[in-house]
Amino acid sequence: MNSLIPLFIIIPLATAFIIPVIGKLTNYFAKTITPVMLLILCFFSISLLFCSKQESYIVGGWQPVDDIPIGIYLVLDGFSKLILCIISIIGFLVAFYSISYISKYTSENNFYALFCLMIAGMNGVVLSGDLFNMFVFLEISVIASYALVAFGVGKNELEASFKYQVLGNIASFLILFSIALLYWQTKTLNIADISDVLQTHDDSVFLTFTQILLITGFGLKAAIIPFHAWLPDAHSSAPSPVSAMLSGVLIKAIGVYVLIRLFFNMFEFTYEIAVVITVLGTLSMIIGSVLAINQWDIKRLLAYSSISQIGYIILGFGIGMMVLSKGGKEGVAVLAISGSLFHMVNHSVFKGLLFLNAGAIEYRTNTRDMNQLGGLAENMPITSTSSLGASMSISGIPPFNGFFSKLIIIIAAVQAKFYLLAFLAVMVSIITLAYFLKFQKSVFYGKNKNFRDIKEVPFTMSFSMIILVILCLGLSVLAIPSVREVVFDQAVNSLINLDEYLNLVIKY
Amino acid sequence: MIVYILCFVLFLVGLYGVITRRNLVKIVISLSIMEFSIFIFLALIGYIDGGIAPIITGQDINPTYVDPLPQAMVLTAIVIGLATTAMLMAIAIRLYRKYGTFDIREIKNLKG
Repeated sequence: MNSLIPLFIIIPLATAFIIPVIGKLTNYFAKTITPVMLLILCFFSISLLFCSKQESYIVGGWQPVDDIPIGIYLVLDGFSKLILCIISIIGFLVAFYSISYISKYTSENNFYALFCLMIAGMNGVVLSGDLFNMFVFLEISVIASYALVAFGVGKNELEASFKYQVLGNIASFLILFSIALLYWQTKTLNIADISDVLQTHDDSVFLTFTQILLITGFGLKAAIIPFHAWLPDAHSSAPSPVSAMLSGVLIKAIGVYVLIRLFFNMFEFTYEIAVVITVLGTLSMIIGSVLAINQWDIKRLLAYSSISQIGYIILGFGIGMMVLSKGGKEGVAVLAISGSLFHMVNHSVFKGLLFLNAGAIEYRTNTRDMNQLGGLAENMPITSTSSLGASMSISGIPPFNGFFSKLIIIIAAVQAKFYLLAFLAVMVSIITLAYFLKFQKSVFYGKNKNFRDIKEVPFTMSFSMIILVILCLGLSVLAIPSVREVVFDQAVNSLINLDEYLNLVIKY
Repeated sequence: MIVYILCFVLFLVGLYGVITRRNLVKIVISLSIMEFSIFIFLALIGYIDGGIAPIITGQDINPTYVDPLPQAMVLTAIVIGLATTAMLMAIAIRLYRKYGTFDIREIKNLKG
C-alpha cells in the first residue's frame, strides 16, 4: 500500500499541532511553515489532477470481508482531485496574504494552527469515502471556522460567530440524524456500499425523508437561500483572509461538494429531488443578488453575492440532474455539470480575490463603509486593478473566466429547453454587474474624501492579489473544449457513471 | 416504536428551546438536548432485544450480540459535542463580557 493520499490529511493536521509547540520558541515558525506546507500540497494536488490515476486507500489496512468494506476508505476520484486543487491553491495564497494582515492581531500562532486544522478538515471531507468519517472531518473544519470567525473578539465578531454556531450545530445534528437513519436501514456506512444496498431497496418514503434531511443539513452548510441567515454576518465579520477562505472554499468543500457527491454517487436521485435542488439554486441566485444591491458594507455585499454565485453552481448541477433523471441527452447533462464545476473553480478564485481586496482596503483605511470611501484608485493601484478584474469576472465580462462558466451553464439550460432558467441566469448576471459597478465606483473612483495619504499594501498582500487576478484571466483557457475535457472530464465521469465510483471502492 | 417517537419528541423539545429561548446559555442547553436526542437514537438503532455485549468468548450458546458500531459512533459524537459546547459557551461568556447581558434582544449589532 504505497498510496500517498493520506498525506493530504496528515500534513496539515501535523502542522496544526506542531505550530503551537514550536511557535512559542520563535515568531517566524508559523508564518513560514503554513505557506510552505500549503505550497507542497498545491504541487501535489496539481500533479494528481493531470494524471488519470484514481485510487482508494484503506485506513489501517482493514481488508474487506466477503467483498463488504469494513474499514474507513479514502477515495480519490476526479471530483475530489478538483476540489483538493482549489483548497490548496486558495489556501496557499490566503496563508501568504495573512503574513502581513494577521500581524495586527495578537496570538498569530493560534490563527495559523486553526487555519491548518480547517484545511485538514476540508481535505478529509473531500477524500473520505465513509459517511461517519466525513461527519467527523466536517466537524473539525467547522469548529476551526467558528473560532476563526470570532478571531477578532470584537462585538460583531462574537455575535456573528454565535449565530453561525447555532445554525451550524443544527445543521450538524440533521446530518448526524440522517447518517443514523441511513445506517439503520442499510447497516453500513461506506458510501459505495450504501449505494449498492440501496439499489435493491424500495422504501421510498424513508429515502425521501433522509434526502430532505440531507438537503437541509448541507444546505445550511452551503448557505442556499432559505438557510442563508448566518452567512452575511459570519463572512463579513471574520478577518478578511478567513472570509476569503470561508467564501471561496469552505462552503464549497463541506456544503456543495458533499451534497453533490451524495446525490450523484449514493442515491439514485428522482426527478422530484432534482427539481427541489434546481429551485433552491434558482432562489439563492435571485434573492442573493437582490439583497446584495442595497448593502453599503463592502464585505456584506460580497457575502450576499457569494449566496448568489453558489446559486449558479447549484443551478448547473440541478439542470444536469433533471436532464439525467428524465433520460434526456447525456451531452447536455455533461455540459451543465462541467459548467458548474468550472464556475466552482472560478468562484473560489474571484471571490477569494475580492475578499482579499476588501481586506487590503480595511487594512489601510480601517473602514468597510462604502459611503466613507472613494477615489482609492490613485493611492492603491494594485488593489484597484485586481479588484476591477475580479468584479468584471464575477459579473461576466468576456475576456474573464466568469463569463465563460456562466455562458456554459446558460447554453446547457437552453439546450435542455429550460428557457426561463436561462433568462433568469442572464438577468442575475446583469444585476451582479450593477452592484459591482456600485462597489467599484464608490470605493475606487469618485472623490477621495477622507483618505488622501494612504499607501499601497505591503508586498505579501499584493502578491496574492496579483496571482489571483492572473488566474482570473488565465482560467479562461478552460473554456476551450479540448482543454476543458482534460481538466473536467474525469470529474464529470466519476459523477455520472455510478459504476466507476463503485468499482473504485468495492472492486468486484 | 414508542422509544423512537419519544426520542424524536426530545429532538423537537430541543429545537423549540433554540427557537423560543432568549438567553444565550439556555440556547446552548437546548442545543445539547437536541444533540443528546440524536445520541440516544444512535444507541437505539444498535440495540437488539435480548442482546449481550459483543465480546466473543466462545462460551455463549447461540449468542445474540448488540451492534457495537453505533456505540463507537456515539462515543465519537460525544467528543465532538464536547468541543462544540465548549466553543459555544466560550463565545457566550465573551459576549457577556462585552454586552453585560445574556439576552439576545440586546445583542443585535448585525443586521441588513
